[in-house]
Amino acid sequence: MSVPLTLLGLLEREPSHGYELKRDYDMFFGRGKPVSFGQVYGTLSRLARDGKAIAGPAEHGEGPERRRYVITEQGASDVEKWLAEPAEPELHLQSVLFAKVVLALMLDRPAARYLDMQRAAHLARMRELTEQVQNGGVLDTMLADYGLYHMEADLRWIDHTAARLDTIAREVRG
Amino acid sequence: MSGNPAPILEARGVVKSFGQTPALRGATIAVARGEILAVMGPSGSGKSTLLHCLAGILAPDEGEVWFDGSRLDTLPEAKRSDLRRDRFGFVFQFGQLVPELTAEENVALPLLLSGVRRGQALAEARPWFGRLGLDGLEGRRSGELSGGQAQRVALARGLVARPEVLFADEPTGSLDSMSGELVMRLLTAAVREQGTTVILVTHEARVAAYAGREVVVRDGIVGSLAEVPQ
Repeated sequence: MSVPLTLLGLLEREPSHGYELKRDYDMFFGRGKPVSFGQVYGTLSRLARDGKAIAGPAEHGEGPERRRYVITEQGASDVEKWLAEPAEPELHLQSVLFAKVVLALMLDRPAARYLDMQRAAHLARMRELTEQVQNGGVLDTMLADYGLYHMEADLRWIDHTAARLDTIAREVRG
Repeated sequence: MSGNPAPILEARGVVKSFGQTPALRGATIAVARGEILAVMGPSGSGKSTLLHCLAGILAPDEGEVWFDGSRLDTLPEAKRSDLRRDRFGFVFQFGQLVPELTAEENVALPLLLSGVRRGQALAEARPWFGRLGLDGLEGRRSGELSGGQAQRVALARGLVARPEVLFADEPTGSLDSMSGELVMRLLTAAVREQGTTVILVTHEARVAAYAGREVVVRDGIVGSLAEVPQ
């Protein structure tokens, strides 16, 4: 899944220090696969270099030097664009779909609309695969079937999630 | 479907309640001639009620249903019944074959009910058995057919009179995935050949993927799926 965009999304929620971003990322998105400090700080440097976030002044206190990061217009626009478009329907989307729904709710974006678009994108891809099943040989069919069953599972998850967005929103917004 | 010719079938703001329970709350939909349209939605969303209103089986409480340029919902039941017999075909989740009749007689039934002579009706029914992979099963009764075979017989019955619109309500709902796939392949091939319009109610995405377009019914309202940005 896209760690940089997810971190940017967290920065849109509120300006944060690297260690806060790591903590929140692990809590909401890591789900047993924590992101390393190295990855967080590396990503933050690149985001700052690319004009998507700005590093505040160094704060001296006990322990190592700290900087608070703030999202820029460009960064916010990247997040907005990412959340507004469906992911390319492919296998193993779980982490991307999950992140998009959670972030959209966290940032008060139209999560239901995102899920609708994702559903449409999945169905469009399923139509292509169904054409392949109808017109292709048995090996093409076998491959297409694999895709169809996985996308069907995604769609069930999308429907289920859409049906309980309110509950998820309460959990995410605290 | 903007810019296309007049739709063959249309619901405009259809409202339908059963007692105090609203099933449709202003459903609007237009179906183009020759298209296969999937109507999706969770259980209880109103998708079967929408199909029944479009087919003239149920009369809406409010709103209008148009078929081929004329109001359908204001016709008296006898006229709607004629329309269903002469211009519509139906396939339901459970084939609903008449158990006393042979498979061949079941397929011929819509023709017999339209007044076609028995010999001719059976002659028109017969080619469907080869087309749908049912050769040799003509003389069986529904109890002697597998679920998939019975559903293919029901499909033949739905199409034998060359209806303009085929209404299919969860046509694979009682079948395993292989039989369901076969039914959908045969259905789409047959309706494309005949130019039949299909309203396909299903909650299964794999079945909906055989359609050219899908709409989702939620809480009695028809929503088109969002356009996918390019």
